[in-house]
Amino acid sequence: MAELTMVEAINLALRQEMEKDESVHVMGCDVGVNGGVFRVTDGLCDRFGEDRVMDTPLAESAIVGMATGMAVKGLKPVCEMQFSGFSYFAFHQLESQAARMRWRTRGRYQVPMVVRMPYGGGVRALEHHSESREVYYAHTPGLKMVIPSGPRNARALLVSAIRDPDPVVFFEGKLIYRSFREEVPEKEETLPIGESRIARDGDDLTVVTYGAMTQRVLEAADVLSGEDGVEVEVIDLLTLSPLDDAPVAESVRKTGRLVIVHEAHRSFGPGAELIARINEKAFYYLEAPVQRVTGYDTIVPYFAREQAYLPSVERIVAGARTALEF
Amino acid sequence: MPRKEIGLESTIDYLSILDTKGKPDKDLEPRIGKELLLDMHRAMVRARRFDEHQLRWQRQGRLGTFAPVIGQEASQIGTVAVLDDQDWMVPAYRQSAAALWRGTPLAGLLLYNAGYNEGGEIPEGQNDLPIAIPVASQIPHAVGIGYALKQEGSGHLAMTYFGDGATSEGDFHEAMNFAGVFNTPTIFVCENNQYAISVPREKQTRAGTLAQKAIAYGIPGIQVDGNDILAVYSAASEAAERARKGDGPTLIECVTYRMAVHTTADDPGKYRTQKEEEQWQKKDPIERFRKYLTARKLLNKKKIESLEEELEKEVKSAWDEAEQRMAELDRHPEVMFDHLYGEMPAYLGTQRKAMTDEDDDANG
Ligand SMILES: Cc1ncc(C[n+]2csc(CCOP(=O)(O)OP(=O)(O)O)c2C)c(N)n1
Repeated sequence: MAELTMVEAINLALRQEMEKDESVHVMGCDVGVNGGVFRVTDGLCDRFGEDRVMDTPLAESAIVGMATGMAVKGLKPVCEMQFSGFSYFAFHQLESQAARMRWRTRGRYQVPMVVRMPYGGGVRALEHHSESREVYYAHTPGLKMVIPSGPRNARALLVSAIRDPDPVVFFEGKLIYRSFREEVPEKEETLPIGESRIARDGDDLTVVTYGAMTQRVLEAADVLSGEDGVEVEVIDLLTLSPLDDAPVAESVRKTGRLVIVHEAHRSFGPGAELIARINEKAFYYLEAPVQRVTGYDTIVPYFAREQAYLPSVERIVAGARTALEF
Repeated sequence: MPRKEIGLESTIDYLSILDTKGKPDKDLEPRIGKELLLDMHRAMVRARRFDEHQLRWQRQGRLGTFAPVIGQEASQIGTVAVLDDQDWMVPAYRQSAAALWRGTPLAGLLLYNAGYNEGGEIPEGQNDLPIAIPVASQIPHAVGIGYALKQEGSGHLAMTYFGDGATSEGDFHEAMNFAGVFNTPTIFVCENNQYAISVPREKQTRAGTLAQKAIAYGIPGIQVDGNDILAVYSAASEAAERARKGDGPTLIECVTYRMAVHTTADDPGKYRTQKEEEQWQKKDPIERFRKYLTARKLLNKKKIESLEEELEKEVKSAWDEAEQRMAELDRHPEVMFDHLYGEMPAYLGTQRKAMTDEDDDANG
């Protein structure tokens, strides 16, 4: 097994799926000759040619709109939005068309398409390059919304997303693109979309998170274990929609305390939905109000101050202590 | 029922005045005052030296990613120079030369590129929109501003900038169409620098020129040698006159070259050859203009040297100023909440206060 970064792991998933299935196409700005601005599609154009690795003109709406047509006709496009902050140019194609095609035609057509996009802060990028607006997509019926937290699950989830019969929006955390490596087997691996994972076992407190924040939550869990003797159960959602709430409810029934961590804005964020679900499924087990440690309800500031926007290990630890001390 | 050629009303000209040796076509040479000629030269050099310094500071980790203007000074200064203070300028993210001409302070751009929102402040009285990063998204604004200026009957205009890649986005086409329909005083300046990151102009559109896109919207279009400031200035003057008279919008395609990286996160070696870069080096807009000015005895070696010295000092002192402001600003992350709304809603005030309190805790 090779130790891969998330960039390399996603590249592996694309390469293997393209080898196995001729209908898989990669398309987007700079994905061909340049191999993508983050090098996620590096080498694919050389290997599979320009017909299958398509450098498109600069038009997100047409990328996703054309991909929808390709998908209806039986191809499996994997689109790249250069940054999630530019995916709004394609939003109406995703919301008005891709997400509704199956429903509108009563099952006659389907749109097996993946729209990959880097998201999130922490890499000193420009405006529009640091946001986490996964909620737009998780809120849209007909789309699936997947956010891996590391190289190995990114690879396995992307393979599943490509094979999924419905449109999947696939967020890739820039902060973890290259920040650590993991063993990723050459042999095919998939993970079911819509299933979370327990990233760390614990009995005292449940922390739910996903994506790039998973690393910070695990760090905070170590701090709490070392300094407070508290064992945190960390749940990494992996998919936001459909949301796998059962393991969260189960964990809360055990720990009685819940903290939710995401870099997305606080209001109407994933945390709000999770709290509603826990109220429905485990309300009587709660021993403290659920805490949210999130991005603030403002636009991510330019990078000199973005760390103050993002949930830090300190803020996560403080949120956990509030839940524990209640 | 005949089948015959429609006979389009418009054709597209290509305009070039200075040859690569800086020799002008006498019939086409525009009459520009000496002072303006020297101001334009100074502005081009100033923008270039500023970016050269910025590239160095970026490599040292003092600045973040930015998009250098190097190579496109003529296409920006030649167009922006036809504006007066009451006209409006609507940039994308690579228009530092145009912004500096309009009055944006060097220290402001440095703050922006160092990741401070305060760098986005636009000096009072400077009628420019802020840097717009989502490609083509700013173009319709220049139509709206043009419309408002037309309503005022003031004879002023709006000029907007964008790249070749931007002409593929819907916002570009929709804006051009609206400008035509509402006959707004808008000048669309397309800086065709041959690449949208790695994607060459030929892959952006099958059309032979970008200027000809104007034809479909019923407005005039022209293609100019974008590294020839006299040609750029002439085309922009014509367009401005048209706009001021109430005759509507114009699309100007400036054929130029991005001589540096796309942004500091980019590796041009992946998609273009050194030979190509060298070919364009020979068409350097500053060199060409200098030859012309020198032949006209407006410039000489000594004057150039003293200008270079002066600019070197100016850029360095701008850095000192920016650095000092950064030190003052550093401790106030809560500014991220300010200016989101005209009046801050209560829940945001609470979040802002929590952040200040946290800060106080951290600082003892
Ligand atoms: C809507 C949108 N999509 C993608 C990007 C990422 N991006 C930044 S610059 C750029 C290329 C733009 O090329 P062009 O319009 O030719 O302008 P240039 O950068 O060459 O000045 C791309 C794709 C963006 N900023 N906005």
